[in-house]
Amino acid sequence: MKDALQSAQARFLAQATERIPPPAFVELRREATAAFTDRGLPTMKQEEWRHTNIAHLAGIEWAALHEPLAPPRSAIEDVATPIFACGLEVFIDGHHHPELHGSPGASEVETLGSTPAPPALLGRLADAKAHPFVALNGALACDGARVRVHGDDPRAVHLVFAQGSEDAASHPRVVIDAERGSRGTIILDHVSLAGARHFANSVVEVEIAEEASLDLVILQRAGGTSFHVGHVAGRVERNGRLRTHTISLGGRFVRNDLEVVLAGEGAECTMNGLYLGLGEGLIDNHTWVDHAVPHCTSRELYKGVLTGSARGVFRGRVVVRPDAQKSEATQSNPNLLLSDGAEIDTKPQLEIYANDVKCSHGAAIGRLDPESLFYLRSRGIGEDEARGLLTRGFAAEVLSALPEPSLAEAMSAVFLEKLEATGQRT
Amino acid sequence: MSETIEKLADREYEYGFVTDIEEERIPKGLSEEIVRIISAKKDEPEWLLKWRLKAFERFQQMREDGHCPDWAKLSYPEIDFQDMYYYAAPKPKKQLESLDEVDPELLATYEKLGIPLQEQKRLAGVAVDAVFDSVSVATTYKGELEKQGILFGSFSEAVKNHPELVRKYLGSVVPYSDNFFAALNSAVFSDGSFAYIPKGVRCPMELSTYFRINAQETGQFERTLIIAEESSYVSYLEGCTAPMRDENQLHAAVVELVALDDAEIKYSTVQNWYPGDKDGKGGIYNFVTKRGACRGKRSKISWTQVETGSAITWKYPGCILQGDDSVGEFYSVALTNNRQQADTGTKMIHIGKNTKSTIISKGISAGHGQQSYRGLVRIGPKAHGARNYSQCDSLLLGDQCGAHTFPYLEVKNASSTLEHEATTSKIGEDQLFYCRQRGISEEDAISMIVNGFCKEVLRELPMEFAVEAQALLGVSLEGSVG
Repeated sequence: MKDALQSAQARFLAQATERIPPPAFVELRREATAAFTDRGLPTMKQEEWRHTNIAHLAGIEWAALHEPLAPPRSAIEDVATPIFACGLEVFIDGHHHPELHGSPGASEVETLGSTPAPPALLGRLADAKAHPFVALNGALACDGARVRVHGDDPRAVHLVFAQGSEDAASHPRVVIDAERGSRGTIILDHVSLAGARHFANSVVEVEIAEEASLDLVILQRAGGTSFHVGHVAGRVERNGRLRTHTISLGGRFVRNDLEVVLAGEGAECTMNGLYLGLGEGLIDNHTWVDHAVPHCTSRELYKGVLTGSARGVFRGRVVVRPDAQKSEATQSNPNLLLSDGAEIDTKPQLEIYANDVKCSHGAAIGRLDPESLFYLRSRGIGEDEARGLLTRGFAAEVLSALPEPSLAEAMSAVFLEKLEATGQRT
Repeated sequence: MSETIEKLADREYEYGFVTDIEEERIPKGLSEEIVRIISAKKDEPEWLLKWRLKAFERFQQMREDGHCPDWAKLSYPEIDFQDMYYYAAPKPKKQLESLDEVDPELLATYEKLGIPLQEQKRLAGVAVDAVFDSVSVATTYKGELEKQGILFGSFSEAVKNHPELVRKYLGSVVPYSDNFFAALNSAVFSDGSFAYIPKGVRCPMELSTYFRINAQETGQFERTLIIAEESSYVSYLEGCTAPMRDENQLHAAVVELVALDDAEIKYSTVQNWYPGDKDGKGGIYNFVTKRGACRGKRSKISWTQVETGSAITWKYPGCILQGDDSVGEFYSVALTNNRQQADTGTKMIHIGKNTKSTIISKGISAGHGQQSYRGLVRIGPKAHGARNYSQCDSLLLGDQCGAHTFPYLEVKNASSTLEHEATTSKIGEDQLFYCRQRGISEEDAISMIVNGFCKEVLRELPMEFAVEAQALLGVSLEGSVG
């Protein structure tokens, strides 16, 4: 396994020298390449990767595409529905397609590959030294988006990351600045154009300024052959509020890292997640909330549904620093195992260094409640339908918290469709 | 309030006295030679020596590979395994006929600790196999237990008298290669306790061992083996105090429990070793491997522990639930004060069908204490209908301490049900105020609230132990409430 990881590392490093990156990425590439050379890809001996084997991912020779596809707009619309009347930007295999953009909203969206960015814009929050895939992204990223949210923006920004080519890897980078007092919604949508096997490794850095409020929705619905690694690093200033919604529906290998530092008093963070494991897929969610100052609140709800022989991994880490008094942190991770082959490894973790805190976490693992099933069946509802109803009800708690009701409805439909497609709603 | 706190916090370790007894020691350090000497001193059979040597080889290998476990949330200076005595025993003066011949100083020590060695204390109903440093010097109630066919005594005696049993079960639950400290223990273990409960026998009294670390710079390497045959029952108590010393002392024990069909083992511990002084100087390093195997159907193993002592606690009593319908339980109160650090929890490995486990862990952290609950619940693919409930609560007293929770839940069977809950909070001001306005002193109020916090665990302890445990909490706890 070590050899496979090393040769994968060498292949990726070779790609990093193929072309000179756009100006915004030059500094990042230099630092990240050094970190990636140093650390390489993670093994299961590392605690952060204890339950997640990346051998399969590393065994594939991923190509870096420099001349991406140019699919028609309708192809994007087909896979990225529902597209709202919002600021749409489309990236295909990691490259921005300016011809596909929608009408702009109040938020400013710039692409990093073509516009000159201020120095040291990238890598402020996501630490390449600590996270191997952040290092890999930094070493190979060459396009992405910078979103600045001003004022009260009723129109969501919709960034679509579509994968089109077989065995292609993309490393998109997104920087979000929610400016002081602003309000907004950003949707990052990972989809697949042709159901090809591909690898997306994205890094998102989010800064929430004082009094700002942001909903960040990350949809991963690229299908059963996709490999997806996503890292979100956030920082919330005084009285700021960040709500994340991480919805992962299927995939061969999915790993989401979410790190949020509550850096100003009164900062709030809500982390919602729903993951659906299908077939032989693996879905791994790692979250980390850092209560660095007093009077902050974090709430976390990650729900998992696992079918087939899918594996789920959850690790939620809450750290309350010394002196971060009056912190409140709750965390919950219920999991539904729908088939005998499904597995879940969960590790909710609290590290508390202050005494005046209220912290709790809970995790539960089980199947559908036989009594609820019996109740429905005794009222003439067929077994399959009853199971579907209960499963949908389980997921609804997370989906209904999505910022737009229409988005919640649409995602609920996608969720059911994916679940039914496996032929076992069981 | 702060006065009370300081007064209590300054309370000296009550059991800090040293007994002057002539000791027999072998040279410092660890080598194959030392392992052979220990084995020879105990007049051990060839197979046991071979086993020790294999363990020693394994330990050396792990040491070379740098396998000294570093994953626990503990910080301590590197242990110098060469700068330690691996064997110390009170010099055998002559064969002892009765208690009267036991060194009176030794007896006085036990008396201070409240061990009912003497005849009049027989009413207490406790049979004691007292381990003084490393060799068992006195065992009571043996005759009575023997009538029922129960074997209870020191490990060395068991090796001599019942080698077939020891050979069959030694290392069957905790193999010598299990972990770094288990390998060390397997190589150099000096003595320990052995209990065998025959088929269908319900042990009429609580078996008890008092461990006591006495000689300076002597690591204790105890090894306990308890076997409960079909449909038997035994309750075993283990309690510990150690005298005050400045040098850090290492303790690496191994406990193995085996429960066959319908058998039940209840294992209770009160651990109150020297925790070091206020600045973290001295104190025992306690690295223990405890594991029970529920081999039989409907068997049950229950661990209850009250951990208030030691500078470093590294301890994860676990259950392997092999038999169908077997049950594992873990009840724990752990307390860290001053500079104490504890990383403790349990492992519940569900293998058989309809196996059940319950985990109740209460952590109390005060002063600069750092405390972690680390637990694993693993449901194997064949453990249909397995059930686990875990609850880990932490109480924080003072703003310099820490409480951490690291539960691992690994589930490979969809028909199982698991619940895990954890909370962390401090003593409520309103609770304290409520007690105070009813005329209860602050100290008593805190003691009440803390005892209430731990009630679920304390009530699992046998009566005699529950009393000691409550007193211990009182001494160690209230002192640092802020």
